Amino acid sequence: MFIAAMIGVLITMLMALVRALSGPTVFDRILAVNMFGTKTVLFIAVLGFLSGRPEFLDLALVYVLINFIGTIAILKFVRFGKVETA
Amino acid sequence: MDLIVYYASWALLSCGAFLCAVGGLGILRLPDFYSRQHAAGITDTLGSAFVLIGLMLQSGFSLNAAKLVMILIFLILTSPVATHAIAQAARQSGLEPKVVAEEDEA
Amino acid sequence: MIHVVDMTLLAFLALVAIAITRMTNLFATSVLTGVYSLLMACIFTVLDAVDVAFTEAAVGAGISTVLFLATLSLTTQREKPQRSPNWKALCVALLTGGALVYGTFDMPHFGDPQAPVHQHVGPHYIGVSPTQIGVPNMVTSVLASYRGYDTLGETAVIFTACMAVLLLLQHEKRRDEQSAVEEKPDKEAMEHAMILRVQSKFFIPLILLFGLYVQFHGDFGPGGGFQAGVIFAAGIILYSLVNGLDKARQIIPPNVLHGLVAFGLLLYAGTGLASLFMDGNFLQYRALAEEATHGEHIGILLIELGVGVTVATVMTSMFFSFSGRRRS
Repeated sequence: MFIAAMIGVLITMLMALVRALSGPTVFDRILAVNMFGTKTVLFIAVLGFLSGRPEFLDLALVYVLINFIGTIAILKFVRFGKVETA
Repeated sequence: MDLIVYYASWALLSCGAFLCAVGGLGILRLPDFYSRQHAAGITDTLGSAFVLIGLMLQSGFSLNAAKLVMILIFLILTSPVATHAIAQAARQSGLEPKVVAEEDEA
Repeated sequence: MIHVVDMTLLAFLALVAIAITRMTNLFATSVLTGVYSLLMACIFTVLDAVDVAFTEAAVGAGISTVLFLATLSLTTQREKPQRSPNWKALCVALLTGGALVYGTFDMPHFGDPQAPVHQHVGPHYIGVSPTQIGVPNMVTSVLASYRGYDTLGETAVIFTACMAVLLLLQHEKRRDEQSAVEEKPDKEAMEHAMILRVQSKFFIPLILLFGLYVQFHGDFGPGGGFQAGVIFAAGIILYSLVNGLDKARQIIPPNVLHGLVAFGLLLYAGTGLASLFMDGNFLQYRALAEEATHGEHIGILLIELGVGVTVATVMTSMFFSFSGRRRS
């Protein structure tokens, strides 16, 4: 059961990665990296249950935050040409 | 009762994994950036929610279930805003959606 | 099954690494470096090294990407085209790589319990730590107590890096005149950022609270000073991204920030000195209280606090320095 979930998440990560590498516009890449981040959260959660050590969930919590902050920083950069804005 | 919980979590995990894969396929095959965002949105909401609720059913009433609830809450708080920010940045940078001329079927 | 997961992740890693080297668009490569860090964190988790994965994710995927982008805004976005391939460099790289691979043939198998690295100090710490220190997370007990000198050195290195960045990229006072002319607040931009501002008002306290949780929970689960400092800094960086650098500087004045950078390191070294004054050796925490394990707990708490304060303020001041710089 966890194996099926893990395979699903890994396949999704692969597809997001392909889109990040090939995406014609820069926004395709940002979208793919954001999706990759949320799939990493699921990966860590399922991995914790798969290996019988659910203490890893703190890690998944951090990834949600970091993924969001990274996406916002990248968008500010693309929009304004610099990271800090008025 | 345990059996119901086991089968319910099995069903939810499989649905969640399947929806994530569908979203991944969408992000590869759809023609335009804005339509790809819809596909990514599927994985962020339904896919993640099903997988996390399936894991919650597996762990019962414990600290791990509370942490999974928190992960779900954080995801719900951040993914819509991130989607909005990406789409807005794309639109304001001038990325036009691909519009197909409609054909009359009269 | 774990091996399949491992191999898949390593394949992804190779794919991303090849893409990073082949792409010339530097923006795409810095975003892909964040993906690389996420993958490395997943691999560390598969290897059961959760503390390391924690730090790798927070620093590599969060702070590093932000700092790379801040640097990119000061330089060009395209790599300069190479005129001809460099065959000598390729030969040197292949020879070195081949020598390293040849060297691994003599190493013991991965995870072999008979390997020399698992023989001497490791089992001793594992056997002795529960009774001597009494902290459930052995990574914290080794990091903070048994190898406290190393961690003091690491904190000093972080402090020195911050000093170097501040010396090189000091915020210039002349910027105030320029900003009065250039940056009239763009009303439309502020309206468009409203959703982000409202959400961040709700979200930033959660981030800071989670940072506090990670700081003090480091004794019982993955976490500790380094990770908590990075999460704190990430919260402040989010505020600065959404509301502007000037407002962030008003909330946390740079003088206070620089003072706190020094305070963290002084707290760590001060704990060592305090144990010296209380009839122990330098950084021997058991001298800090009547009962030995109680002293250890106090010592670990204080130094983790010192590390957390230093890391948080160092990351924040580095971000302020990088993004406060104008393109000249």
